[in-house]
Amino acid sequence: MAESLFLSTKPLPFCPGCSHHLVVRHTAKALEQLGLKPLEVVLVTDIGCHGIVDPYFRTHTVHGLHGRSSALGAGIAAARKGGKVVVYLGDGGASIGLQHLIECARMNFPLTVLVLNNMLYGMTGGQPSSLTPCGFRTPLRPEGKLEPHYDLCRIVHSAGAEYVSRVNGTGDFSAALVEAFGIPGFSLVEVVETCTSYGLKFNPGQKTGEIAHNAGLEFGVWRNPGKSVFRLSLNTNRGSLFKESSIAVQWTAKLQNRLGILVGGSAGGRVQQAAEMLARASIASGLYATKKGTYPVTVGTGYSIAELILARQPIRYSGIEVPEVAVIVSPDGLSYSEGLLGEMKGGLLLIDEALNSPSTGAKVVTQPFVKTAGTKNAALLALLYLLKITETVPVAALLNEIKMASREGPEVASRLEKQLGQLEGKSDSNEVAKERD
Amino acid sequence: MVLIDGSRLIIESLARAGADVFVGYPITPANLLYRYAIMRFPAALSAPDEITTMQWLCGFSATGLLPVTATSFPGFALMLESINMAYMMELPVVVVLAQRLGPATGSATAGADGDLLLLRGTISGGHPLPVLAVNRLEDCWTIPPLALETAAMLRTPVVILTSKEMVMTQFSFELEKLSEVKPVNRRGCSCDDHYESYAPGDDLVPDFLPVGNSRHQVRLNASTHNRQGIIQHLSAEGLENTARLEKKITLNLSRYTRYHLDEENGADTLIVAWGNAALAAEEALERLRLRGEKVSLLLPNTLLPVPAEYPAIMSRYRRVFVVEENLSGHLRTVLFGTQGRNGVVGVNSLGKMITPEEIVAKVMGKNG
Ligand code: SF4
Repeated sequence: MAESLFLSTKPLPFCPGCSHHLVVRHTAKALEQLGLKPLEVVLVTDIGCHGIVDPYFRTHTVHGLHGRSSALGAGIAAARKGGKVVVYLGDGGASIGLQHLIECARMNFPLTVLVLNNMLYGMTGGQPSSLTPCGFRTPLRPEGKLEPHYDLCRIVHSAGAEYVSRVNGTGDFSAALVEAFGIPGFSLVEVVETCTSYGLKFNPGQKTGEIAHNAGLEFGVWRNPGKSVFRLSLNTNRGSLFKESSIAVQWTAKLQNRLGILVGGSAGGRVQQAAEMLARASIASGLYATKKGTYPVTVGTGYSIAELILARQPIRYSGIEVPEVAVIVSPDGLSYSEGLLGEMKGGLLLIDEALNSPSTGAKVVTQPFVKTAGTKNAALLALLYLLKITETVPVAALLNEIKMASREGPEVASRLEKQLGQLEGKSDSNEVAKERD
Repeated sequence: MVLIDGSRLIIESLARAGADVFVGYPITPANLLYRYAIMRFPAALSAPDEITTMQWLCGFSATGLLPVTATSFPGFALMLESINMAYMMELPVVVVLAQRLGPATGSATAGADGDLLLLRGTISGGHPLPVLAVNRLEDCWTIPPLALETAAMLRTPVVILTSKEMVMTQFSFELEKLSEVKPVNRRGCSCDDHYESYAPGDDLVPDFLPVGNSRHQVRLNASTHNRQGIIQHLSAEGLENTARLEKKITLNLSRYTRYHLDEENGADTLIVAWGNAALAAEEALERLRLRGEKVSLLLPNTLLPVPAEYPAIMSRYRRVFVVEENLSGHLRTVLFGTQGRNGVVGVNSLGKMITPEEIVAKVMGKNG
């Protein structure tokens, strides 16, 4: 055997006559022809007979999982500045990890995948793969595979790979490998082989080329125009996530202990934003706050529930056992919260006048929130109203948050302030929003 | 003071600690982690699925980068084999696992702490996987760098265990109180004339050289392998290497052991809580003490493998209440086995946060 820069001198571990010998030797020859050095090359192998070839290569070697070597190789290739990543994959591995090949083509990772298509899973005793031609016999399907196969090269080509070729594994296909390895982005070569131990025995007399031809698998090259190659670039100067400035304390809250507030509305009613603004307003008034949201998977429709806790002391537990205050502005919000409202033994329920009051132990106050402010701002108006009648947090603090929230904020705030003035004050409710001890 | 969620703290602290690259894919409740990482990490990209995510991460890791992803149970389940690969290849990877209510999709937007037993069995063969929980908002700042350094120095995947409640709820928080996060130490190699990919150091961890380096050949292998990284069947050297993987995680456990312990003199009752239940437990502790009860509290961050300190602490208490948001008592099983121990009581829930009052009632109850 001729000395190779890339291979040890030990005889390769494959069965006599197996095309894997040729794949390995042609790989070494092509890499050498391109002037690469062994430590510039990373060989990533998959599961299959080819996967035991690592010790024979003088390159870096990575032996991964069944069907995954192309994704693993993609990560290695994308993170390197140069050199060459070569991936070996069987037809079984290509079937298992088809998506990884499509991703390699889509992203144009800089690597070459050799698919050693011997038309069966050899290591596991001879099951057919998705690439095995219909009718081909394997040890575990001796009657012949009944299901159809697909043309891997055409799939990968249509996914955008710059260079795809299919070669007959019985000849000298090193020129195809030189070409594939020379592609800056993603390239794939499918080498059609016959496994001498399993394939030949069960399909006697059939030539590899004929099998491929009869299955409609043409030898040839498919190209796409070159596109930009994906390499990972690291930008270590990204700005901190703490860019937003601290909320300055500018107001004084009257709340002494802790208040759990449930806000129930509908998608599109800006419930979450309203609750978040109240949380910020509370912090600006010297309180601690937590806020979380619950909504169905269809975020554009159905209920939208926000839970707020405002407290004088730091808050640890962020759950609300039973709310002290509930603010309900839509039928969705009401039907979601009805059980919880029923559990309220006291406290305050602010509910839109168009809704039927549920049974609850809370003091119920109705107001035309939706009629006054529209569905989009009803939750905000209701929260402003809550502040007005309970004086837990200054109304001005929330109005200020509304002003700061967006470009239209000042206009929205002044409109809401006017609308708030139109709602009748119910000063006795101040007593109702009992704080929890 | 700012209004902030745990996701923002986790991603910012990981970035400051030197995490290089994030790969994300769509899953709730890890959405905010994904969003912030795209904004903050030196590099971040979107993958189509979980297996691709973990394979790309391992590829990055093999070249010397410190990679991170965030997921929830369904995604973690699909990553399982690839996490085993990272473990066997000895590649640093950090996975933020934001738990949610299962099985399957369960309630994607409801919190739960139901994946600890999965993590105990994640590595085939029963090898331990380092798992660090964030229990309090401050932990979102201090635990991720510890996870990253553990991954890098021990060359292993590490899981940061959290939940929807922590990563999606907004809390008022004083950023000024945060300690400085420094870039973590990375495993290197001073080997000049000789290198074997899996030759262990004194701490049983092999030195690291990236694949593709021009000094020495590197061989990484997910199958049973020898010190050179060459595939083995059942050779003594191969099995010894596989056994070493278990030993390196436990030998170095003290390097990543963290817990919060609030002990009261004379107490014979201990509350142990993690994840969603930790904050309720802290509040319950305060309420119990206000009522004159003598109670101690243990909030373990290092959940797996179990640090030797925990059995030592628990043995000092006649009654131990293990509070966790799952039905079967995952941590209780990890700590006490299926037989339990006299005086050990679980406080559990499904699909709702355990309230401080429930804990108080259990501790005050006569059956404790
Ligand atoms: S079993 Fe088949 S594929 Fe494997 S080495 Fe032998 S001939 Fe080649």
